[in-house]
Formats: sequence, C-alpha cells, structure tokens
Amino acid sequence: MPPRYYIYMTAPTAHGDNFQTPDHKRYFYEKLGVTDRLIERCLGEALAAGGDYADLYVEAVTSTSIGVDESLVKTASQGVSVGCGVRVLSGERTGYAYTDDLSPERLLRAAHTAALIASGPNKQSVAGFQETKTPSLYPVTGASVDAETAAKLELVMRADRTARAFDSRIIQVRATYADELRRILVVGSDGVYASDTQPLARLNVFVIAKEGDNVARGTSGGGGRLTLENFQSGEKTPERFAREAARQAVLQLGAVAAPAGEMEVVLGPGWPGVLLHEAVGHGLEADFNRKKTSAFAGLIGQKVASSKVTVVDNGRMENRRGSLNVDDEGNATQETVLIENGILKGYLSDKLSARLMGIANTGSGRRESYRHIPMPRMTNTYMLSGEDAPEDIIRSVKRGLYAVNFGGGQVDITNGKFVFSASEAYLIEDGKVTAPVKGATLVGNGPEALKYVSMVGNDLALDEGIGTCGKDGQSVPVGVGMPTIKLDKMTVGGTGQ
Amino acid sequence: MATNNAVVEKSDLAQLATDVLSKALQAGASDAEVVISEGDEFSTLVRLGQVETLKESGSRALGLHVYFGQRSATTSTSDFSAEGVERLVHGAVELARVTSEDPFAGLPDASEFGSAPGDQGLYFDDVYSLPVEERIAMARRAEEAALSVDTRMQNSDGASFDVATGLKVLANSRGFVGEYRRSYCGFSVAPIAQDGNGMQRDWWYTNARTLKNLESPEEVGREAARRTLRRLGARRVPTQRATVVFSPEIARSIMGNVLAAADGDAIYRSASFFNGMLEKEVAGSNITIIDDGTLMLPGGVGGFGTTPFDGEGLPTRRKAIVERGVLKNYLLNTYTARKLNMHSTGNASRGLAGAAGIGAGNFYLEPGTLTPEQLIGEVQSGLYVTETMGFGVNLVTGDYSQGASGLWIENGELAYPVEEITIAGNLKEMYRNISGIANDLVFRSAGACPTIRVEGMMIAGA
Repeated sequence: MPPRYYIYMTAPTAHGDNFQTPDHKRYFYEKLGVTDRLIERCLGEALAAGGDYADLYVEAVTSTSIGVDESLVKTASQGVSVGCGVRVLSGERTGYAYTDDLSPERLLRAAHTAALIASGPNKQSVAGFQETKTPSLYPVTGASVDAETAAKLELVMRADRTARAFDSRIIQVRATYADELRRILVVGSDGVYASDTQPLARLNVFVIAKEGDNVARGTSGGGGRLTLENFQSGEKTPERFAREAARQAVLQLGAVAAPAGEMEVVLGPGWPGVLLHEAVGHGLEADFNRKKTSAFAGLIGQKVASSKVTVVDNGRMENRRGSLNVDDEGNATQETVLIENGILKGYLSDKLSARLMGIANTGSGRRESYRHIPMPRMTNTYMLSGEDAPEDIIRSVKRGLYAVNFGGGQVDITNGKFVFSASEAYLIEDGKVTAPVKGATLVGNGPEALKYVSMVGNDLALDEGIGTCGKDGQSVPVGVGMPTIKLDKMTVGGTGQ
Repeated sequence: MATNNAVVEKSDLAQLATDVLSKALQAGASDAEVVISEGDEFSTLVRLGQVETLKESGSRALGLHVYFGQRSATTSTSDFSAEGVERLVHGAVELARVTSEDPFAGLPDASEFGSAPGDQGLYFDDVYSLPVEERIAMARRAEEAALSVDTRMQNSDGASFDVATGLKVLANSRGFVGEYRRSYCGFSVAPIAQDGNGMQRDWWYTNARTLKNLESPEEVGREAARRTLRRLGARRVPTQRATVVFSPEIARSIMGNVLAAADGDAIYRSASFFNGMLEKEVAGSNITIIDDGTLMLPGGVGGFGTTPFDGEGLPTRRKAIVERGVLKNYLLNTYTARKLNMHSTGNASRGLAGAAGIGAGNFYLEPGTLTPEQLIGEVQSGLYVTETMGFGVNLVTGDYSQGASGLWIENGELAYPVEEITIAGNLKEMYRNISGIANDLVFRSAGACPTIRVEGMMIAGA
C-alpha cells in the first residue's frame, strides 16, 4: 500500500459491560491472569538483547453492533479481542511482536522476538512502576450486554421510523448502533504504568431517497465516549440523526452541478474542521518532521496561516470521540497548541519522536490495537472561535461555495497537497445562500491554504463524533471542529462552470 | 519449492470449526456457519539504510453465524479456550433472539457447495525461507537503488519488506467444510526527491505469492525514483474541460467502481447507478470487464484474488460483468441473489463478524492493442493522471470528483508535472467516453487494468 493519511466518516464498528470500578487495571489481574511478576519478567526479557526501552501493551476489547435494515433487525453481532504487544526501542529502531494468547510462555516468546531489534548485552533495568495520574473524561459504567440489547434495538427502530416518516421519497433506511469497551494496561521499562477503560459508541443512519429516476443518498450519525443513555434523549437521539440523513438525501434530489475552479469558500461549523485535520494536522505529527518528510518540517515559529487562525489538538475533552485519559504509551493526554494567531507552534509527539527530537512528549502516542506499533496521532483537532457573525461571513461573499458537510479528506504529507470531499454544499450568490450543489472535492496546499482565511466565526462547534483517522494502515477515532470560516480562495472540483 | 493448497487432511482448526458447529446446534440453532482465520505476519522497514522497525507475530480468530429459522446473529473471538467458545456460542444464541425474521436469510442450499477444481497455487512455503537479514537486505537494496538514481533523491519514507501467510477455514451445518492456505511476500520503497521547488514522494512495489516472482530490488527502486522525480516542479493548470489518460493504477480504481456499482447489495437497495441496467448498455462497446475468482497467473501461481470457494462455500468462477459495453452480471451472494430472485455468482465475502458481504475475485478490463505511448500520443492537450485523492465517488448517482496529480500532455508528449487540481465527471458518462484502452495489463493486485483514455472530463485548477 502507498502511504496514506486520511479521515472519513466511520462505518459502524464498535460496547459495554458491567465492570464498574475506576481501578482500570484490576480487570487485567483478576480476569486475564496478569501479575506484576509476569510484567517484570517480560520487560526483562524484552531488554535482554540490549534495548534502550521496552513496553507492554495489554488490550481487551469487547464490541457489539445491532442494525435495522428495511425495517428488519437483520444483524446483531458481538466480538471479543484480547492480546498483548511488546515493543523494544534501540536508538531509532523499533522491534515489535504481539500475541493473542496471554500465557506466560507466549508473552515471553513475544518479548524475546521484539528484543532481537537490539544486539548486545543487557544495559537497561526495569524501573519501579509509577502509576500515571489520569482524569475521568468518560464513564466506564454500563449495564450488562444482554440487558442492553433491547434498548439498543429500540434506538435503531426509532431511527428507522423517523426517517421513513420524514418524506415519502425515502425508500431505504439502514440504522446501526455500535459500541465497544476497550481496556488497556501499558507498562514501560521507564516506570510508566497506566491503565484505562475507554467506551466508544456511535449511531449511524443511512438513507436513499428516490423521485422518478432521480436517486440520492444521505447519511448522518454521532457518538463519542458515551454510553447508551446518551442516545436515548438529549442531543444525540436517533430522531435527530434520522431527520438529518433524510433531509440531506431529499436535498440532494434537487442538487445542481457544483462549480469548478478557484473561488471564495465558506465552511460551516463542526465537521468541516476536516480541513484542519488534513491541511495541518497530519503534517504536524512529529514522526514526519523528525524524518523531514513533511511539508511543515522546519516551519516552527513561521507564519503558516492567517493571524485569525489558532488551532489546537485537545485529548482532554469530556466524552469526545477523540479523547483519551491516557495515550497508548501510558502518558497523560493534553491540550497542545499547533498554530497560534497564524504562527506554527508545535508538533504532536510520542515517546520515540520526543526523545529523538529533544522535544516534549505531548501524549499523542496512539495505536489501533495490540497488533500495532504506536505513533503520533491527533485526538480532537479544532480551530478556536473568532469574532465574526456567521451571517456576516456569508453576506461578504459575492460568488462562492458554502460547504457544510463532508465525506472525508486525504493529504500527501510530503508536498502538502490535501483534499476534502463535500457532501452537502450550496452556491453563495450576492451574499445569499442559494441552490444546493452536488458533492465536490476541494483541493489545497497545507502550508498555504489557511493563509487565505479572512473571516473566522464566533460559532466554534465540534463534530458529532463520527471521525476515523487512517495513517499507515492504522485507524483510530478522532474528533475535529471549527467555527464558520471564509477562505478567500480555494479550488472547487465540480463539473459546472 | 513445494506448492500445495489442496489440504488433504482436515486440520485441527477444521476440527475445531465442526466442534463449534455442533455446540451451536446443541444450543438450539437450526443452522450455523463458522469461519476461522489464522495468520502470521512479518514486516520490516528500512529507512536511509538503517532498520527502523521489525515486526513478527501471529494471531487467530473465530467467527460464528447462527440461524434460528430466519433469525440470525454473529459473534467472534480471539479466545479459543473452552470458556471462550462457550461464551461465543451463548452470545450468538442470545443475540439471535432479538433479530427479525428475514424471509431471505439462511445458508445456501447444500447442492450449491463446492470448490474450484485443481491446485490453485495459493501457498508457497518459500516465502518464509529467506532469512530475516536477507529480507532487510532486499529492502535496503531497493531504497539504495532509488536514492542513487539522482542527486535530487535526498530522503526517504523507507523501504519495507512484508511476508504473510494465512489459513482460512469455513464450515457450516449443511455439510460444507473447506480450508485453504495462502502466502504473500513483497517489498516497496517510497523515496523523496527535493529541488528548489520543494519535496515530492512517490513509491513503487512488487509483490507475489512466491519469492520467485518478485522483481529485483534494483528494478523496483529505480522505478520508484522515476515516479518520484517526474513530480518535481509540479504546477497547477487552469480550469478547463479536457481529455484525461489514467495510468493503470488509477484506471484500476475507476474500473473497480464498476464492480462496486454491480454489487448486489447496492442493487437491491436502489443505491447504485447500475440499478435496473442488467442486459443494458452501461459503457462503450470497447469495454469488457471480467471477474474471475479462479484466475491463474503464469507459472502456476494463483491470482491475488483467487480462492477455491467464496465466503459461503460456493465455488468461485469466471464471468463477464460488462461484455462489449453491456452489463451482464451483478456480483451476488446468496442473500442478495434471493432478494433479486437470481442465483449467487459465488461472490460472497466473509469477515469474522457480521453476515456475508460481497467481493470481487480478480477483476480486469480486457486490454486493447495500442501502447500507452500511442494512447497519449493521440492527445493534443490533456492530463495524464498518476494519483487521485479523496472520497468524492458517489455510487448512487455516479458523480465523480477527486483530487489529482500527474503530468500534462502537450502535442502527444508528457510535458510537465501538475498537482493541486481536481478531475470531475459522472461515471455513467465516463464509461461511455473511454476513447482508448492500452495493451499494458499487468496483475499487481486482485484488480488490474491497462492505461485508459477518457474524453471530456472537467479539470478544476488555478
């Protein structure tokens, strides 16, 4: 596979059960047979060939999914995955091995395999464990899986009924509720010892609208580090997502061709923050900058955006999809300023890049699962609010595009070119939002695009909790956010003139 | 080098699969299906001559699909202990209680089961015969070859060497038990070139089921360098309507959308622009697209998408999806075939969790007679696309809008590199506007396509 870095709206993946204590590590000792002695032996074995550092990452994930399709509950599934990854660092080298069998023999064998990245006598000892202090950004409670199934079923049925009732042109409705509960225990030879229990849930609605020969799709959904109750009432109800998906599909039935060429572009609040994820986020991950393969390499302290632009990555927001009490290397997450008033401030780093670059560790080391090597990743990435009223922003545009929903985006880290694909957009003519247009991809250059931000709204919003980020074949949940903004020029890839 | 995917004796995992089936039936299921996958992976990344990562491991997982009449549910686990299996079966039985009666749900009829005959050449044990040091050396040679082409080749995202083998077992309560083992090896290199205008990265690769069929590291490295260097100094072009020539890699994704649009699941939902188009003209008469789950590559080696049976235990087969521009077949599994009152085309795909999906085997566009140079030579002014980016393909409407980079064609020659532009059109029209197909069909993955030329696409740029 070519190197690919992107974000997209997640298809349902993901769960809950009845473990109720904030003592996250207990599960591993009581249910999976982990002992302090075993951890020490594995780390000792991992360092036996002369590595500088070793860590163990034990993970247990349970996931469930239930879906309604054509008003029938066609699918219900659940899954269990348990395993441990052993990593050894030796200079710039990483050795990695994993096992889905937590018996002492298999764990020691994995440690032995990972150790072989180094060659020499043992030089490091395992430090005494220091438990990382973590916040509680999300709940870890939940009723038992079986008892919840009926309630999850009710959620997807509510979505189905609402979407069908929205408009007679809605001919297909699929709604899925998916959740997971991920437990992790990370122990490093440097004494870092951390554990966490991470819930993740989402509700998705997909519809097809048809009128004559004209057919269109609509999708909506939301979630976060939440439990079932958060979807039953409040902001993330199935009714809201169902109406939103149906509204988009019906709207698209009447969409005209999107324009083609360079023009003024206004991006709505929330999920259009995909722009930031692609234009600057990936390019600021420290691994690319350590290797000088990013278009942003060497630009710290330089102007990479309009002075109205401040962008942060914040892993510490309550209940957000991209949030983590602790990263996958056992370090506390934080709020990191990436761009402040247009000036590039910093990178997102993990242990390896922080050590090799001599910069602070921002707690950004993440991995898809125990089968994967951690690397610097985003959490929730967003632009801070400015002072403009959203209405004034629209009113200032003579002829342009107003894009409010996106499918996803992608970036080439090295040359900085990025795209993001609008799924709901409108023409702006003489300061007014007019005809809905068909989907179109927008394209730009990361270190340049944000210099054209001329207005920043006062309406910062985070996305609904739907983003999944891909990097080198690893997927992790993330969030994005943005206020309404205006870019004085950007290329819009429609078919019209 | 031994090659044998005909599994003579039932493996321990096939035995485990039948044991799990029995437990599901004992728990009251009327039918059940079990899939087990087991695999080993090795990968190493060399960057600027130094080993950066070395990864080696194996894992396995078990998936269960139970039916209670026409209700069904699925569970999966990585825990193969008696307790783990107990939890798997219990979980599936409990979940199935809440699902609906679906009149189209259920296992295929026993008469449909089977495997494609003969040795398909899927497994070659030589992939693990190369010592780790030599795998590292291959990656290092590929990178070195790329970086030594030109002084502008100054950095690298690294070169990797990967090896994987996997065993897949499928068994169901209507009597099907099958298994096959597959091997894979390959390496790739992603060098970075730099000049006064900035940096560019590209990549190239080789992969195969056996070491014997890998290209040389030097060839791969030089090709990666050629692809990277030609991007340096890329500029934008003005917004215009123009002819677009797609390189084989991008043509494969354009033609892959034919397979996605012919997917039975999208068809029965009216979620495809091919809906209702069976036996009708959907492309120019120069277009013939084949899906073949039994494809053999030269030397007795199975294609990258070749398997003896599909995800439901039906034999894989060869069929035309589009023949001389006419849509001849949808891709169907048992469920979608029943929905459409048709027969499965042996295209069920089966992951661990969830019901069977749909997937192509090996697909390809039948090649033409012109060389790629001739195809480009006929273009006065147009775009040669070597990369696309984005999520701008809508299979419901056919609308297509993607970021692109490549080379501008002037008077039949590749003139200069371009980037930061988009190409847009509608797939329904694009398939009818293919004015040329080259003869350069090479299977580097399950799907393959020669260079193609499409008239009248919208390019948005400066």
